[in-house]
Amino acid sequence: MNARGFAPHPAVRWLIGLAIIVLFAIPIVSMAEYTLRDATAGGHSLVHWIELFDPARAGTYRPIWTGLGNSAVLAVVTVAIVLLLLAPTMVLVELRFPKLKRPFEFLALLPISIPAIVLVVGLAPIYLAIGRTIGTGIWPLAFAYGVTVLPFAYRAIQAAIDATELRVLAEAARSLGASWPAVLVRVLAPNLRPGLLAASLISVAVVLGEFTIASLLNRQNLQTALVVVGKQDPYASVILSLLALAFAFVLLVVIGRIGGGTPRARRSARPPKDQP
Amino acid sequence: MTETAIATADNAILAGARAGSAVAFEGVVKDYGQTRVLHGLDLAIQPGEFVSLLGPSGCGKTTALRVLAGLERANGGTVRIGGSDVSAVPTNRRDLGMVFQAYSLFPHLDVTANTAFGLRMRKVAKREAAARVRDALALVGLAGFGERYPHQLSGGQQQRVALARALVTEPRVLLLDEPLSALDAKVRVTLRDEIRRIQLRLGITTVFVTHDQEEALAVSDRIAVMNAGRIDQIGTPEELYLRPATAHVAEFVGLSSVLPCTVGGGVAEVLGIRLPVVGEAADGPAEAFVRPENVRLGGPIDAVVLESTFLGSVRRTVLRTAGGQLLRMQHAVGERVEFDERVTLGIEPAPVAVRPREG
Ligand SMILES: Nc1ncnc2c1ncn2[C@@H]1O[C@H](COP(=O)(O)OP(=O)(O)OP(=O)(O)O)[C@@H](O)[C@H]1O
Ligand SMILES: [Mg+2]
Repeated sequence: MNARGFAPHPAVRWLIGLAIIVLFAIPIVSMAEYTLRDATAGGHSLVHWIELFDPARAGTYRPIWTGLGNSAVLAVVTVAIVLLLLAPTMVLVELRFPKLKRPFEFLALLPISIPAIVLVVGLAPIYLAIGRTIGTGIWPLAFAYGVTVLPFAYRAIQAAIDATELRVLAEAARSLGASWPAVLVRVLAPNLRPGLLAASLISVAVVLGEFTIASLLNRQNLQTALVVVGKQDPYASVILSLLALAFAFVLLVVIGRIGGGTPRARRSARPPKDQP
Repeated sequence: MTETAIATADNAILAGARAGSAVAFEGVVKDYGQTRVLHGLDLAIQPGEFVSLLGPSGCGKTTALRVLAGLERANGGTVRIGGSDVSAVPTNRRDLGMVFQAYSLFPHLDVTANTAFGLRMRKVAKREAAARVRDALALVGLAGFGERYPHQLSGGQQQRVALARALVTEPRVLLLDEPLSALDAKVRVTLRDEIRRIQLRLGITTVFVTHDQEEALAVSDRIAVMNAGRIDQIGTPEELYLRPATAHVAEFVGLSSVLPCTVGGGVAEVLGIRLPVVGEAADGPAEAFVRPENVRLGGPIDAVVLESTFLGSVRRTVLRTAGGQLLRMQHAVGERVEFDERVTLGIEPAPVAVRPREG
């Protein structure tokens, strides 16, 4: 909208887009080609893909499906932590406690400088206690992931906050009779949506790619499962990496849908009943 | 829009409108950290009155309005709306309408949804809300703009929508914090007159913050002139202009020449001319505030023309007296004076405000 004046020429945009697509396509296409190689018959075939669903080999692949489910649960809980805990806290700091902004930023960015190994050393006794009280289910691991995604989610949300006149909008809404929850849900969240969306996406990406913490805390997620299976069947490992990419892609699209698509699309698609 | 359309829209809102509420500040004190910004502010506003808070930048106008809105908590004193103490009532339950200096429309909502926001918060039925939004938009001259988004509107249109949004809930008090300051001169004048017209029709109590004295003089029932966290004087525009209580008011409301004088027995002697003094003044050396329209060509004062500006209906000329005093004169367009021309001046015997002079 207001950035239109600075947008590059359409041809330049296409070129940049094309270059990026090619860059991403090369490894993905290579992976796909590898999974189609047929060592026994020579040439290419779907043999490795079919093996994946072979009931006789189901035992080998079972960890993958468990890991996939676990990672999905972790992604959802982590995104919930980002959207329901981090984002409202940041809004609160911005509006009510601006003096805490610097310390909060320092705290939020801190995890980026702490190696996962070090984090685990601190987390291990905590998760021992969690294991005894809440149980050894997978979802408490999302607390640790909430910490790892903190710097990325923080930056994404803060950028949106800085680009919005939060205070003016909140005060206007208050003067019009909105309660604080209404201010958050009806006014601030829609205007911070690009930032919230970006924070969610990056959180999902981080969670799906996480290996160290899960491995060292003896939890099974997608990455640990891929390593386990990859030791027995390298083809399966690459196929599943491909599938993981596709899965992440689908997840991002789903989250994008929940977010409501682009503002312009939402505007034209806005149902008339929403306008009193 | 036709006159009848305006009348119908107004009447529709009028039908539901309550009479405006009285507003009172009683000894309101506000500190920001160590700095005291409001020093015991006292101000009583009648129901349906249009009062401007006028004062230089940083004198606490916005702070006073924010305390009234509940966006800031006062450190002392009482704020009353409709007679009852609202100090403990949060902003969203004070039943206010507010227009901010910064553009404050919700960017993700169109004009209709923006205007309907307050009604939605009050859970007004959709059908009724739609009718009231239509009326409010017609009232500010924006019928037919409902589908637009804020970024598709000019600054003036955005402030009109903000006004409609503030009025549609029929609030007890309308608060305006320099709503016109981001607009160009012509739009400012139109919109300020429009705000006054709407206010008069609806009879809504209005507090209007501005640092533009012309704006305040044009639209207010009464003006409260603020100075460093206090109210210097509150009165009708005429009272402030003709009988300023303090030198600050005289200086701030209207244009004056500040001339040395000697006060004695309620009369100030300015450049050899005796003028009645407004209010009480101690005898002795002082400075008098002489209005440019009270200075005329022809009289006992010798002066030389420094600059003469044609302002359309009048001409304003700056002169220097033989004693080196600067003097402003407002006179008829036909009376042409040239740069460096020697003229003689007189002063009409209108009352002048004075302030004591040191030394
Ligand atoms: N949040 C704040 N923290 C500290 N000081 C503040 C704050 N807001 C305002 N002040 C100070 O309080 C004083 C009054 O501010 P206020 O905004 O009320 O002035 P104003 O009369 O509205 O001025 P203007 O015409 O420039 O808008 C100023 O000196 C300002 O620096
Ligand atoms: Mg101000």
